[in-house]
Amino acid sequence: MKEQSTSVASLERQLKKHSKAAKLEVWGRVVSFSALVLIVAVVVAIIGFVASKGIATFTTNHVSLWDFLTGKNWNPGIKDAHGKPEVGALSMIVGSFLITILSALIATPFAIGTAVFMNEISPNRGAKILRPVTELLVGIPSVVYGFIGLSVVVPFTRSVFGGSGFGILSGTFVLFVMVLPTVTSMSADALRAVPRFYREASLALGATQWQTIYKVVLRAATPGLMTAVVFGMARAFGEALAVQMVIGNAALMPHSLVDPAATLTSVLTTGIGNTVMGSLQNNALWSLALVLLLMSLVFNLIVRLIGRKGRLQ
Amino acid sequence: MHKAKLQNKIAIGSLYGISGLVVLILVALLGYILVSGLPQLSWHFLTAPAKAFLKGGGVGVQLFNSFYLLILAMLISFPIALGAAIYLYEYAKDNWVTSAVRTAIEILSSLPSVVVGLFGFLFFVVKLRLGFSILSGAFALTFFNLPLLTRSIEDSLRTVSENQREGGLALGLSRWETVNKIILPAAVPSILTGVILSAGRVFGEAAALIYTAGQSAPALNFADWNPFNISSPLNPMRPAETLAVHIWKINSEGIMPDAKAISSGSSAVLVIAILLFNFAARYLGKRLYKRLTSA
Amino acid sequence: MFVNNDVQTNANDMLERHIVQPNDPQHPIVLATEDLHVFYGKSEALFEGDLQFAQNQITALIGPSGSGKSTYLRSLNRMNDRIATVKGRIMYRGVDVNQPDIDVYEMRRRIGMVFQRPNPFAKSIYDNVAFALRLRGVTGKKKLDELVEVSLRQAALWDQVKDDLGRSALGLSGGQAQRLCIARAIALKPDILLLDEPASALDPVSTSQLEDTLLKLKEQYTIIIVTHNMQQAARISEYTAFFNQGRVLEYDTTSHIFTNPRVQITSDYVSGNFG
Ligand SMILES: Nc1ncnc2c1ncn2[C@@H]1O[C@H](COP(=O)(O)OP(=O)(O)OP(=O)(O)O)[C@@H](O)[C@H]1O
Ligand SMILES: [Mg+2]
Repeated sequence: MKEQSTSVASLERQLKKHSKAAKLEVWGRVVSFSALVLIVAVVVAIIGFVASKGIATFTTNHVSLWDFLTGKNWNPGIKDAHGKPEVGALSMIVGSFLITILSALIATPFAIGTAVFMNEISPNRGAKILRPVTELLVGIPSVVYGFIGLSVVVPFTRSVFGGSGFGILSGTFVLFVMVLPTVTSMSADALRAVPRFYREASLALGATQWQTIYKVVLRAATPGLMTAVVFGMARAFGEALAVQMVIGNAALMPHSLVDPAATLTSVLTTGIGNTVMGSLQNNALWSLALVLLLMSLVFNLIVRLIGRKGRLQ
Repeated sequence: MHKAKLQNKIAIGSLYGISGLVVLILVALLGYILVSGLPQLSWHFLTAPAKAFLKGGGVGVQLFNSFYLLILAMLISFPIALGAAIYLYEYAKDNWVTSAVRTAIEILSSLPSVVVGLFGFLFFVVKLRLGFSILSGAFALTFFNLPLLTRSIEDSLRTVSENQREGGLALGLSRWETVNKIILPAAVPSILTGVILSAGRVFGEAAALIYTAGQSAPALNFADWNPFNISSPLNPMRPAETLAVHIWKINSEGIMPDAKAISSGSSAVLVIAILLFNFAARYLGKRLYKRLTSA
Repeated sequence: MFVNNDVQTNANDMLERHIVQPNDPQHPIVLATEDLHVFYGKSEALFEGDLQFAQNQITALIGPSGSGKSTYLRSLNRMNDRIATVKGRIMYRGVDVNQPDIDVYEMRRRIGMVFQRPNPFAKSIYDNVAFALRLRGVTGKKKLDELVEVSLRQAALWDQVKDDLGRSALGLSGGQAQRLCIARAIALKPDILLLDEPASALDPVSTSQLEDTLLKLKEQYTIIIVTHNMQQAARISEYTAFFNQGRVLEYDTTSHIFTNPRVQITSDYVSGNFG
């Protein structure tokens, strides 16, 4: 009896001592958790820094938010007739939205059409050629798009519409080609996620292939397709160099699609190196960066809302 | 009935048209890059230093910088992404904290790369006084790379069946040991594919670099591999214009007489590099997977 | 020989049940659960499992699908820790291992487990068996070689694989893979081996080989096996517990359960008239 109780006690000791595995487990949790914390810290730091810098225009330099958002003159170094600095960002905000919306408008039918083709009409060719090619083109660096825009699109626009060739139209075209692979590839993923029996059921009911695609497949894939388009828009809105190379970089209200214009990103890329940290000129640029950041949060939110709605359906 | 059939014909026909046009655009794009770029390529072009005001310069320094930055950025971002992915997939409970963290990562992945670059400029170049340097650039690229790499590693972990984890745990291994000794080795093919694909993205990135790694490429002495010497290629504190930044810069400045030829060549190099990354990812992933699952 | 605790003062005992715990001095109790309840979230999947397991014997857990057999078995070596809440005591040789301060890794080395689907690791056959040993500090090629061979022999796999131990284990047939998993588990010299329907993914020949293996293994190990196969339970086990809807309704020697079940549902189940 006594022997047994000592053996139980010693077993209990053995089972309760911290094994090497347990120590490794604690270590592993701490290490992997730290990595995650680091990433979150980066996100918080980026948002925090950009926000604090971007707000300085309004808090330190006392520019009114209204003037910033609606003013049409961008000349942060110069004061206007009332002695206020000219930091109206409207022309750039309009420029950014214009090229984003226009390029998305053109890209959407092409992208979805191609996705439908490679998924529904000719799955073989789709899988063998179209899919790898679009996925490859997603990875082409944006400067390459910019360079081709500069050497092909801008001269083309110039020869057709006159003027310098730089402007919203060239920017739109470059962005259209740039987001096309992304949107196509994501749309194809969305279509692929539609269960096969949806199509079979519809075809069995005597619907034509087009009716099936239009009424069943596209409808079922709508949330995914919308997400693809929003992703494309987010990419277009945030694209800097490709746009900057073809838009002409004139911070003026665009009066036509073929006059030089500017976007938030183009002014940022050209401007930030030419201003002194902490000056109004510099702070105003950070405010543009803040607008960019907020817009990317908005795009994120839209994607989330679409996702949630898609799940509810 | 007839109407539906006609409609069908028209619609399918238009789809053929649309996708034909898209293929045409994409092929023209690739074709233009390669046709205009390939003739520029030569050993001289790939190795000689750039000339700012004269014809006939190369992109040797930029090419080296691109690879050096890529490697550094991958060395920094891979362990962090790996750790984060492991925590997210293997440990994190399904609660609001986890979903907030996921949102944060999502946000980071959707930030425009200029914004990431500007933050890098503010924080590393100015605040930490690293200046325009390889190191600043590598950090900026790390931030740019982290979210996608984390997600791709997490997806790779997901491809390894749950019963492998149970098998490890049932042998008395901790979850950490199970992940390191069983799950990660089994996920290597898929992780590798993800890493190489993300390397392609990093390789072509420019916007995050113009204000971090800088836009100048001081001459390098390729005989000097002491990282503390200023002209050493390995010196992490020197400014380092990459190939992608080079394309942007010479086109924006417009002072280099043969900027167009140089850009064409550089674009072709970038695109070929991306192509190679893609093929390597597919090929190596498949090869490794085969090795793992057969004799 | 047997203590009959038919009479229980429990609210559940509106139900007809018949629980007879093993009582054989030759085979002392090594593992016992007391008042075990398992919850998945708020829903209770196991309402009470009070079973005792005799050393060097095979105990079969049978019962219809969803009756809680796996839930119970996986609680025994705390494989359910992250998925479920397990309340009650799990007495392993006198120590309650369902306490928070128990080192589960050490405990699982003594209470090993083999799963329904063979899950060999994506490693060589040799490494499948050797690597957990290495992690636990067994070094020396000779020692490892020897342990690998012994384990593979005990699992009746040695003769088939001895010539290509370096081959990937993912290329093994289902039956071979399952025996590799057993070899892997017994390489660590556990005290108790838990098996959750180990033969359900195997063909009849592999199944009968596996049964022979288990009958040999019980000389050294205490075995608890979940099975859907009545004949299998009858062939290999000394004791059988019948689960239904999260409760153990009958526990007794296998011969009693199969020839003279006391509870109507058990009788229906073992005779195939269930449902
Ligand atoms: N991870 C889980 N989460 C929630 N409920 C679960 C989980 N696993 C099992 N259950 C539920 O617990 C109950 C018992 O399941 P269990 O898997 O233990 O049954 P079983 O007897 O092993 O069945 P089978 O013979 O099909 O393997 C079932 O109602 C099941 O739905
Ligand atoms: Mg089960």
